[in-house]
Amino acid sequence: MPHPLIVNRQQVTVTADADKPLLWVLREQLHMPGTKFGCGAGLCGACTVLLDGQAVRACQTPVSAAVGHQITTIEGAGALPAGERLVEAWKAVDVPQCGYCQAGQILSATALLTANPKPTDADIDAAMSGNICRCATYIRIRHAIRQAAGLADATGDAA
Amino acid sequence: MTRTIPLPPVDRRGFLAASLLSAGVLGFDASLAFAETPGGGAVPINAFIRIDAQNRVTIGAKNPEIGQGIRTMLPMLIAEELDVTWDQVTIEQTLADDKIYGLQVAGGSTATPNNWLPMRQVGAAARAMILAAAAQAWDVDAATLTTHAGTVAHAASNRTAPYAAFARGAAMQTAPDLTNVVLKAPAHFTIIGQSKPGVDTPKIVTGKPLFGIDVDLPGMIYAAMVKAPTHGGTLITHDDSAAKAVKGVIAIVALNSGQVPAGKCDTLAVVADSWWTAKQARGLIAATWDDAALRGFSTAGYERAAAATLGKTPEADLFNAGDVTAALASAAKVVTADYSYPFLAHGTLEPQNCTARWTGGKLEIWAPTQNPGGGRKETAAMLGLNAEDLTIHMTRIGGGFGRRLMNDYMVMAGQIARAVPGRPIKLLFDRTDDLRNDYYRPAGWHRFTAGLDAQGALVAFKDHFVTFGSDGKPARAAEMSAHEFPGPVVPHVHYGATYMPTNLMTGWLRAPTSNAMGFVFQGFLDEVAAAAGLDLPELMRRTLGAPRDLPAEKGRPMLHTGRARGVIDAVCKLAGWTGAKPAAGTGRGFGFYFSHRGYFAEVVDITMVDPTTVRVDKVWVVGDVGSQIINPVNARHQVQGGVIDGIAQALIGQKIEQVDGAITAENFHQFPLMRIDGAPRDIAVEFLVTDFPPTGLGEPSLPPVVPALANAIAAATGKRLRSLPLQLT
Repeated sequence: MPHPLIVNRQQVTVTADADKPLLWVLREQLHMPGTKFGCGAGLCGACTVLLDGQAVRACQTPVSAAVGHQITTIEGAGALPAGERLVEAWKAVDVPQCGYCQAGQILSATALLTANPKPTDADIDAAMSGNICRCATYIRIRHAIRQAAGLADATGDAA
Repeated sequence: MTRTIPLPPVDRRGFLAASLLSAGVLGFDASLAFAETPGGGAVPINAFIRIDAQNRVTIGAKNPEIGQGIRTMLPMLIAEELDVTWDQVTIEQTLADDKIYGLQVAGGSTATPNNWLPMRQVGAAARAMILAAAAQAWDVDAATLTTHAGTVAHAASNRTAPYAAFARGAAMQTAPDLTNVVLKAPAHFTIIGQSKPGVDTPKIVTGKPLFGIDVDLPGMIYAAMVKAPTHGGTLITHDDSAAKAVKGVIAIVALNSGQVPAGKCDTLAVVADSWWTAKQARGLIAATWDDAALRGFSTAGYERAAAATLGKTPEADLFNAGDVTAALASAAKVVTADYSYPFLAHGTLEPQNCTARWTGGKLEIWAPTQNPGGGRKETAAMLGLNAEDLTIHMTRIGGGFGRRLMNDYMVMAGQIARAVPGRPIKLLFDRTDDLRNDYYRPAGWHRFTAGLDAQGALVAFKDHFVTFGSDGKPARAAEMSAHEFPGPVVPHVHYGATYMPTNLMTGWLRAPTSNAMGFVFQGFLDEVAAAAGLDLPELMRRTLGAPRDLPAEKGRPMLHTGRARGVIDAVCKLAGWTGAKPAAGTGRGFGFYFSHRGYFAEVVDITMVDPTTVRVDKVWVVGDVGSQIINPVNARHQVQGGVIDGIAQALIGQKIEQVDGAITAENFHQFPLMRIDGAPRDIAVEFLVTDFPPTGLGEPSLPPVVPALANAIAAATGKRLRSLPLQLT
């Protein structure tokens, strides 16, 4: 059945079973591979996208549940004010190692800074604990979020 | 500019393969070497370098990128000696072709020692060819020309021109002998030693396709798999009629993952127009498997068998010196303890996958593999092809950690592709497939006994190592070095091993063998130090003794006791180590380990949040990987990542368990990975610069943190945890 979606402010209609996860609609049907498959169970955060600004797991979101909501993926994160600052901070700090989780990390951080522009260290750890980085770039993730939020680096990521 | 030849001291360890690439690299038709078609009339100078009319330089990165930063680092070496600016460089992944590029492997922290000279020689050779072309064009002696930032200058006639002006002429030159090209003196480096961010970072943060899972080809179809539930099980019968009836399902293919004998099948692949559809349909397949003989293997069974074996005579002698029995009998003090560690999965965040297309008896492959050469051999053998019938594209890799040194996904994708000729197929594991079909870090058990003389010196040392293998030989990644420290420096030693059967596939996990040996040896030596009235750094200093090389297996790096002493002293200074008793509720521990040619000493500070909860507050790291840190920012990242990876192995409950022959872990709730709230806030990293050739950094920071953490917990609580994962109950 057809599902009218709004992805990164663009309207698209996809035909899929109602319960097909948004993740696979994005990756296979819309050819937007930035949203990653990690666990398929909402445990790793690699598939994080924003639904009306809230971080959700695209592997746990049936495409039918995304209809009528603003979907933001990593391909569109830079168009949001917080997303743009985070993408720039991620580059400046050179956060990624393998890079596979970073789309999800940036979108969780975008939701955090949009709701809480000056997060504490505890806020950052709490908001980001659903996103696994297997390379363990966590010290730099904290650094980049603080930098995007205009906070001094207090993360131990000394140059 | 005068350039000297700063030949590093010839490496007596023999690990600099200076002539690695000299055979084929420059004689090859360079235009074929790049994965993508050259654009803009760029001229290939050799198999690694193209220069276009705007003087942009494209450099080929030859090794698989798994997050270790090699796609940035190897081209830095070429760019340095080519004498161009980093800003004018574009980097491309090369194809997998060891005839052109030599070894293309991400494993063993080998890329730096293997490529430090050859990649620089590639850049220097291209520069020499450009100079030769410029000399011809200007009719001057090449020796009177200098280069800077991608331009050639002739001072006497006040002429300068960009490399691009001579690119075609350079391509016509006879390639110089790589081993004789002139290299820069380190004092003249402008790129090596400067921090360069990852070349793919801008694409990563904007969601561009890079990874194996992102490969998207016209007409592509997808495969999900049903694999035998026990490793080694083979297919007897299956009914796929319900799966075939699902809309979108194209084919069901029975295949051999390479893990069972030829002629047998252990996997059914469901091919569909969507991976989601394939995954749904695979649940409708009913299959029976021949695995009765494998169901007896279990974690509980291994533990019982190991406990019964530790006290027996080892099956294999690894190392014997002096008379350990007599020395222990006459020792002033004897310390004994049992240590152990579990099977571990790799848990790469990008699940295993591979895309393949079969066309006219040839196979084109897009693979996130750490070991394309191995994949080519195995896949060709399985399909009855010649090696050259396979074209292998290396994608960026969403985490390797050793899992992707194995190529089961490539072997399987090749068979699926042959069954649906002409159409690209992408095989993708789901998380449960990935956790249950890994090549696991093998578990192990050690019974240690140490003897001290009246002065507290270590005079006898014994280890019975129980692990997995067959016919008196260890399974893959289950071996222990006969020269494991402190064996070579203790007068009376016996190392023995016993190998138990398992049906599990075993394999290399980041810092293979070392990730376990570091824990058991440095944990036990911390106990020995306490018995001697010393702290571990001081016991290490005394046992290491005078600076010298210790013996190693043939062809393996030797431990240099002076370099070990160097990092031990430096980390104690950096962390302010005094050996004093820590404040109540806190602990401090030390660990040293030499692996993959790197020397690392680490200090861990912890707080006991409550009697069973440990918080890692800070880690201090000092490493010695030789004379040059090539990309400092990445070096620090590799070390910090390795340290946190080690903390995860120790502290968050990682273990792979087996019941009735099958792996129980289904997803990350049962095989946890480190999350941000468990990661330390500060990891201080320093490198000692020593007069040895540069070596790798992907692995050697990991092993010491595991015992350092266990030793810190012992200091804080008085409880000696001798089994991974560490558990305070």
